[in-house]
Amino acid sequence: MTPLPSADQVWQALAQLPDPEIPVVNVVEMGIVRDVRVEGGKAVVIMTPTFSGCPALHVIREGLEQAVRGLGFAEVEVRTVLFPPWSTDCIAPEARAKLERYGIAPPRPTGKMGLIELELEPVRCPRCGSLDTTVKNTFGPTLCKSIYVCNACREPFESFKTL
Amino acid sequence: MNEQLKQALIAKLTALADDELILAHRNSEWVGHGPILEEDIALANIAQDELGHAALWYGLRSALDGSDPDRLAFFREATEFHNCELVELPKGDWAFTLLRQYLFDAYETLWLSAAKDSTYQPLAEVAAKALREERFHLQHTRAWVERLGLGTEESNRRMQAALDAQWGYAQQLFVPLEGEGVLVGEGIVPDLAGIKEAWLASTTQHLQGSGLKLPLQPGYQPTSRQMHTEHLWSLLAEMQSTARWDAEAKVW
Repeated sequence: MTPLPSADQVWQALAQLPDPEIPVVNVVEMGIVRDVRVEGGKAVVIMTPTFSGCPALHVIREGLEQAVRGLGFAEVEVRTVLFPPWSTDCIAPEARAKLERYGIAPPRPTGKMGLIELELEPVRCPRCGSLDTTVKNTFGPTLCKSIYVCNACREPFESFKTL
Repeated sequence: MNEQLKQALIAKLTALADDELILAHRNSEWVGHGPILEEDIALANIAQDELGHAALWYGLRSALDGSDPDRLAFFREATEFHNCELVELPKGDWAFTLLRQYLFDAYETLWLSAAKDSTYQPLAEVAAKALREERFHLQHTRAWVERLGLGTEESNRRMQAALDAQWGYAQQLFVPLEGEGVLVGEGIVPDLAGIKEAWLASTTQHLQGSGLKLPLQPGYQPTSRQMHTEHLWSLLAEMQSTARWDAEAKVW
């Protein structure tokens, strides 16, 4: 009998799974996968939702389960935890770079966030790098993105909300 | 957790979830009908967030009593819902919808920021999660109140009419449930009196700064979450129709 893969191998398999809404990044570098445990013949994947109403969540959950089953585990459990709440600070640096190359301005560091922050910090245009940008709509085509327009190159672009 | 505390918590979680679910449904009625595309999308996003929060609250209830969130949403009768009347009122015009969302967001943000210190860890975790999303709502709806309040004579008139109609209803958000006192005593949920004070201070300042007048006669102020307007029946008839037609419908 071939031995079951290690937790490291499970991590590697999960890193192949693209984010359903932003396929240039994977679910591991987005910080959605919190932990992997291999206990006997069973694999447990601990995940955390990004936005609580994100419609891609069940797709991600199914994707995680299938990826682990594909490694030969008969028993797979995908567990969801909410704490600590997911933040855009959980996104790995390489994923931020991928987002920017894809045309989505990456989120800024959250720092100390007040209850109501009305003044938005400048967002850098992912196309020309200008900071002269204007928010057009806090809410974009998906829960996690806002719509901006660059005043320098005149291009509209999406920006990942800083959460 | 003793039985009395558990039953009180189940009732509170149901009321929290029902508020979010019904409000989300009302807002979703604008999808495809928003005044401009960007705002249509924004309101759909807000509705989706509130629906996400409803799912979290129903999930906490489920952990306590094994209830199925889908059954609660789609197979209960109007008399079994415990949402406040404010959220079930018909969507009205754009001013009506945005003012309601603003009054609710202002309350929800304050409630969640107090509830994130709950002694009941699962509730504290959900509050911390939902709070991060509410920030964007409040930013958006505050701006709309100001824009319409200080806009034209017509936009001010509509916003004022919405405020006159809703101010009394909004007070129901601060009426504790029967038995909520034991939850407050245990530090599980925040005391609504303190939340109301903070809410009155912040909304009054913003509404007046937006050229609106607080109604001198607040009008009807509902107190019981057992009572509903006739509008809830027609809302549920629409919201539940697919599930009741085919409970196994998974693809659409």
